[in-house]
Amino acid sequence: MLSQQLVNGVLLGAVYALFALGFTLMFGVLKVINLTYGFYFTAGAYIALALADYGLWLALPLAAVGSGVAAVVVDALLLTRLRRTGAPELASLMVTLGAVLALNAAMTAWLGPDIRRFPPSMIPATAFALGDTRVTAAQILIFVATIVLVGALLSLIRLTRLGLAIRALASRPDAAGLMGINPARTAAIVSFLSGGLAGAGGVLIALSSNAIQPYMGEEMLLRGFVVIIVGGLGDIRGALIAGLLLGMVETLTAGYIASELKDAVGFLILVLVLWTRPLGLFGRAIIRRA
Amino acid sequence: MKPLITLAVALALMVGTARAETDIAIGAVEILTGPASAYGIAIRQGFELALDDVNKAGVLGGRKLHLFVEDSAGNKDQAINAARLLIGRDKVVALLGPTLSTEIFAVGPVVNARHIPEIGTSTTATGVTDIGPYIFSTALREADVIPVAIAAAAARGAKNIAILYANDDAFSKSGFDVMKAAAEQHGMKVLATEGFATKDTDFAAQLTKIKALKPDAVGVSALVEPVSGVLLQARQLGFGPETIFIGGNGSNSPKLGEIAGTAADGLLVGTPWAAAKPDPKNQAFVAAYREKYGKEPDQFAAQAYETMFLLAQAIDHSGDATPDHIRDALTKVSHDGILGPFTFNASRSPASTSGVVVLVVKGGKFTVQ
Repeated sequence: MLSQQLVNGVLLGAVYALFALGFTLMFGVLKVINLTYGFYFTAGAYIALALADYGLWLALPLAAVGSGVAAVVVDALLLTRLRRTGAPELASLMVTLGAVLALNAAMTAWLGPDIRRFPPSMIPATAFALGDTRVTAAQILIFVATIVLVGALLSLIRLTRLGLAIRALASRPDAAGLMGINPARTAAIVSFLSGGLAGAGGVLIALSSNAIQPYMGEEMLLRGFVVIIVGGLGDIRGALIAGLLLGMVETLTAGYIASELKDAVGFLILVLVLWTRPLGLFGRAIIRRA
Repeated sequence: MKPLITLAVALALMVGTARAETDIAIGAVEILTGPASAYGIAIRQGFELALDDVNKAGVLGGRKLHLFVEDSAGNKDQAINAARLLIGRDKVVALLGPTLSTEIFAVGPVVNARHIPEIGTSTTATGVTDIGPYIFSTALREADVIPVAIAAAAARGAKNIAILYANDDAFSKSGFDVMKAAAEQHGMKVLATEGFATKDTDFAAQLTKIKALKPDAVGVSALVEPVSGVLLQARQLGFGPETIFIGGNGSNSPKLGEIAGTAADGLLVGTPWAAAKPDPKNQAFVAAYREKYGKEPDQFAAQAYETMFLLAQAIDHSGDATPDHIRDALTKVSHDGILGPFTFNASRSPASTSGVVVLVVKGGKFTVQ
């Protein structure tokens, strides 16, 4: 049982980390608590559902691109004006809160509140067993995708000129502008990347959970907050570690202490981290490091 | 505009002519608009289909029943106003509905104070008939239905059980309490009780723990979405057909097959009524409903259909169709219809659960056990 619970914990952690990757990028670079993030997650799953007939390997990238574009559009419509006038952070929080309520309600009205799932043919449902420990193909896919995406994002940010521009924007937006970086364009790229990550996460997580419904992103958002705050805002490696930590602690709590405490324990960690290490477990955000 | 007025007048005249002087007025308050209107509309259709039958012979030597239906839109205040309108304007001698338990708790006291008998057909909360001596209910409660499914599992040899439930939802929690009590009553050992949140999609930790205990049966009390998730994940974690899964009332939905598919196979669910119940009366009802409305009847239509026959019998036996005599006749009513033999007990609720059907999922579909 312990080995299965450890695997359960790693897989749940990978789900949390996958959800949080784009969220921490958006937060860390654009300095916006963008509550519409959950919408891109949901949108990705619905786009892939509409394209399910074409198979996973076409539906997944198209869903990522689609939700990335949605993120660019929503960001440009809602936040450009606030950025230009230098509005306080609270203003963007309220604007995105209003936007996500409207977007979710519109999606519910359009697609209905019913829970749906991808056709079973999209990914084999059979579990791989090693002794008593079992994993499904969808879960392996989530785990691999999380590791690959973390690696790709870190390389992008550390090794490329675009990454340098993103780090510059995160560190000093005005100075970045003076150095010849186009802040609006870089912000749009960051929006696209995080929206795309959200959409891809939505598809992969829905493949495993079999629960696609308009509020699926909202339900992940609270856990997403825990992960990005514990991991450090904008810290991609931190999001991975914090996600795995949260998944493991929740699973072991439910498995060995009491399932009723599963939800509480994540927020207990959040409070403890904020008390002792307010910048997250690893201190400064990696993106901001020059 | 003019054709509309003409139409309205014509309709009013038709209604006027359809109702003869000797007709007996009865009323129903149901949800006909809004998100929960599917329930209210099914209920009204059940009433109307039964009325077609009742009015062939009539009651009290050929008098017909005339049903007035008012919309509550699921709103307590609107439901009270609708009941007042039916009693005051239409002079109904008996009232059916409303659709929701929360509505009958608001409407019941008003109707009871006017000494009009009222029968809820879909109001499952405990305490509905405690509102007053004029309030009846034909809806079977979870506490009536779940134990029958547990008994079926016990009959299949289940000696112990683990129970999972959504601990953030009153309906799922009360179903869990019933499930646990019923299991203990049937001599099953409760090995574990595990909670989760209704919106959860990951149940792996709880299921892994339960699997290690090797229970004969696993009870799941939650709405259909999490029940589907639990079943899918249970199969992934290696629960085989040797484990008997038992669902509460929440899992009795076609959604279960859509989401969980064959992962739901073997799940036992109790229900007051099932379309697949083979007795000829029930099959005749299903065929008649399908022909009149072009769709399959659900449990709510069936309960409404049956209730109309009970009310018609009570009016017939009352001798004079006065509300007080109808109330007294209702307490003695006895009808063997599509819900099985039906009488009211001393607290004006269904006296027996012999009509409860245990369904088992096969190939992702509910079938009668």
